Amino acid sequence: MSTTQTLTPTMKRQRRANLRRNAFYLILIVVGMVAPFLAYPVFLMKVLCFALFACAFNLLLGYAGLLSFGHAAFLATGGYITGYLLASYPAMTPEMGIIAGTLAAVVLGAAFGALSIRRQGIYFAMVTLALAQLVYFAYVQSPFTGGEDGLHGVPRGELFGIISLRSNLAMYYFVFAVFLIGFAIIQRAVHSPYGQVLKAIRENEPRAVSLGYNVDAYKLVAFILSAGIAGLAGSTKTVVFQLASLTDAHWHMSGEVILMTLLGGVGTLFGPIMGAGIVVSLQHMLGQSPLGNWVSVILGVIFVVCVLSFRSGIVGEINKMYHKNFK
Amino acid sequence: MTMIFGVPLAVFMGQLLLGLINGAFYALLSLGLAVIFGLLKIVNFAHGAMYMLGAFAALLGMRYLGINYWAALLLAPLLVGGFGMLIERFMLRRIGHLDHLYGLLLTFGLALIFEGTLVNFFGVSGARYPTPEVLQGGFQLGFMFLPAYRAWVLAAALVVCLFTWFMIERTRLGAYLRAGTENPALMQAFGVNVPLLVTLTYGFGVALAAFAGVLAAPLYPVSPTMGSSLLIVVFAVVVIGGMGSILGAVLTGLGMGLIEGLTKVYYPEAANTVIFLVMILVLLLRPAGLFGKEA
Amino acid sequence: MTFIKKTLASSIALAAATVMATSAQAEMSDGEVRIGYLADMSGTYRDLAGPGGLEALNMAVEDFGGSVNGAAIDVFSADDNNSADVGANTVRGWIDQDNVDMVAGMVASSVVIAVTKVLEENDGLGIISGSAASSITNEHCTPNHIHWVYDTYPLANGTAKAIVDQGGDTWFMLTADYAFGHALEGDVTKVVEENGGEIVGGVRHPFPTSDFSSYILQAQGSGAKIVGLANAGADTVNAINTASQFGLTQAGQQLAGLLVFLNDVHAMGLETTQGLLLTTGWYWNMDDESREWAERYYERVGRMPTMVQAGIYSSTMHYLKAVEEAGTDDPETVRAQMAEMPVNDFFSRNGRIREDGRMVHDMYLAEVKSPEASTHEWDLYEILATIPAEEAFRPLSESQCKLVQN
Repeated sequence: MSTTQTLTPTMKRQRRANLRRNAFYLILIVVGMVAPFLAYPVFLMKVLCFALFACAFNLLLGYAGLLSFGHAAFLATGGYITGYLLASYPAMTPEMGIIAGTLAAVVLGAAFGALSIRRQGIYFAMVTLALAQLVYFAYVQSPFTGGEDGLHGVPRGELFGIISLRSNLAMYYFVFAVFLIGFAIIQRAVHSPYGQVLKAIRENEPRAVSLGYNVDAYKLVAFILSAGIAGLAGSTKTVVFQLASLTDAHWHMSGEVILMTLLGGVGTLFGPIMGAGIVVSLQHMLGQSPLGNWVSVILGVIFVVCVLSFRSGIVGEINKMYHKNFK
Repeated sequence: MTMIFGVPLAVFMGQLLLGLINGAFYALLSLGLAVIFGLLKIVNFAHGAMYMLGAFAALLGMRYLGINYWAALLLAPLLVGGFGMLIERFMLRRIGHLDHLYGLLLTFGLALIFEGTLVNFFGVSGARYPTPEVLQGGFQLGFMFLPAYRAWVLAAALVVCLFTWFMIERTRLGAYLRAGTENPALMQAFGVNVPLLVTLTYGFGVALAAFAGVLAAPLYPVSPTMGSSLLIVVFAVVVIGGMGSILGAVLTGLGMGLIEGLTKVYYPEAANTVIFLVMILVLLLRPAGLFGKEA
Repeated sequence: MTFIKKTLASSIALAAATVMATSAQAEMSDGEVRIGYLADMSGTYRDLAGPGGLEALNMAVEDFGGSVNGAAIDVFSADDNNSADVGANTVRGWIDQDNVDMVAGMVASSVVIAVTKVLEENDGLGIISGSAASSITNEHCTPNHIHWVYDTYPLANGTAKAIVDQGGDTWFMLTADYAFGHALEGDVTKVVEENGGEIVGGVRHPFPTSDFSSYILQAQGSGAKIVGLANAGADTVNAINTASQFGLTQAGQQLAGLLVFLNDVHAMGLETTQGLLLTTGWYWNMDDESREWAERYYERVGRMPTMVQAGIYSSTMHYLKAVEEAGTDDPETVRAQMAEMPVNDFFSRNGRIREDGRMVHDMYLAEVKSPEASTHEWDLYEILATIPAEEAFRPLSESQCKLVQN
């Protein structure tokens, strides 16, 4: 901009924040590009899928103030639909499967949202939990999911019918691209005027109503968006691991994504990514160590510590420190 | 034979009775949840774990200290209730001023810790707790054989529920409790020690869960995961009844037991799910629950 | 390359191999034989395989001397949390990163099916000891895995046939509502009907279920002589306990536990389980050889081994012998070598590995002892009959496995 001298202090601060955010994006992309040469790509893909899932969840909790206890339903729906289509129709390419899975999650999200959006706080959490339990039941019963045995043998296939995703490296860059797209959509939504209204509703709903905003519609859009991206994460995960199972639909999964978000920092941009990274790494490392049996205890302790004295999460605490020391 | 929708009357009656007995467990557990929710406004996710701890207290008490069933029925709730009071005093109180969702998350974490720890020591296949001598055998009711122990469970649970209801509705302590639910600041101003009241309430709520746990010990294998599967159902019961409503929790608990019992006859695969369906219907038609007041 | 060069090269290689036969590191990937143990270490199936199975595997490695042809044996282990997801990922990581040569353990059928797909795709080798589903060597068979201990076919064939033969010809089926339960129910129905019996009713209960009273009541109302339990683990335990509370057996009906493990009987106690007929792949007290091994196991673990834990030891031993014999840990070669050698040890009698990956061996029909007949805590079964290896398992002629030419 050529008119720097006319900027107000607020605008300057805004610009600095934007600059800082862009720097973060750049770091994120560079780290993501080199990561598969430093760590096991399959592990990284798992982190990315859960990071996207946590980001989607964070959109709802952090920016709309809605705690959903049923987000596993969207992860599982994306996964099952994509897995089923790819396994049954060899002509399907992975990106078509993923789009279909995401759309299915969007539709389910619209249904969930329509039923639950008028409830608040604990009621909202309980209604989403109940709806997710119904979905879980449907997946246990439906023949196409394989029930308890799960859905297996999903081919990774060829992206756009050309690029084979069989190698972990090719698969990784595809997953990374999907993650960036999902992440960009969330960022775009949060920083748009729509996102501002959403935050206003979170802070003071009656005031937003009195200003003439259709609060329910705003929340519903957030819910559907969050569900769709959770579905995208589930679909991608299924392509990576070539299977879909009931684990993803279980209410424990809904609890896990809350933990990831809480640990990283609710309402922060990078918190959910960091939280997902930590939780997935913990499970990965502890699962194969003598401490393997203690994973759920350790997750529980993290939960308690987070709630008691660490509520802003890791990224949130860092932000606080930054603001205290440099402002 | 008389048939009801293709099911012999005898089987139908039997299922209703069994449903009522299961409903008694739901009632006890949801009663504790409702009491806690009423005053603390938190959804106690650790309630299932407390139920489990009650059963374990009875089991370990018998195994290592020779404490019999009847003593356990008294001691286990006291022990778990005391433990609950410590949790309230040193953890929940610290987040009392925050959004109540934090309470839900904290207790969720606690449940993970308790269950995970016990799994490491006791495995999950579950231990058996013997049925007390005097309650072995059963009654031939004509349409079914009713084990004496189940009859006792139904009676004991109903008595405790009634007692609790009486305490809350008809005694001074209960009046404090109800007033505290409405307006804690005013109560404090009147010189009532509200924080103590809150601690006692939480202790009482989880003691009810532990009592249910001891009742359940001779019926089901005592295992660290026995509470978590039950908990989600009980949540649904509390939501259907209207959160915080004492009478609502008890009646809904019994009612849901009946509905589940009937589902087991007509569509057994859905037995674990039917309650959630009811919950959604209720919330659509009566958002505050069957017995709740609209906020 | 010319023909002469080729021949020269290969004869040099051959010579080298002969020279190095005593220290065959060159033939072992990474100079080590790596075994991964994957099982439910913390959930429902913990007690039937779990940490005890890992201990059995370690025993096998120690008994073998800790190395094969000079190559050290390295054991990895992981908890699959009964999740296909976790299981498949772990095995994928083991193969990609750690070059694990063989995967042992494996209980939940969902985990097994997911893992075998990974093994097939990456040319690995797995030996399944825990799982019950007969589909593992039927429609889900691969050239990359072997199913060691038992499956639903002999369970039905052993227990159900014996009961029908004894006059228990009307059955009510209590089935866990998922693939394993359905498979077992199907196998039992077939056996019962083929032997002149009849299925008069049944109910499918959600998995898992803690309250069976309603289903037991329905079973009582059905008038069937036999109540067949096509479920596993905690569900079976709950169903049997509830049946005992409702006086099911006193009223003249009999229970048939189709998949009951030693740890289940131990947990429920003999008072509840006495008289229960069951089929098992092995029992610790069935002969001197078994006892000798079981007692060594008991000293390490403090519990008597289940058939799955014994099978883990047996299969690991057999695997290591095959590696030694073949001089390599290349999965395909070892798999072929394993199939060539008969399996005769304390666990398996008349055992051999079929082309579909099924290890067939003698199975046993057992009855749970009464409290009076039992002499100590783990004295739980009486072996009634041996089901010969050739009869116990699904014949290859009925197989849908792609590796079997029919």
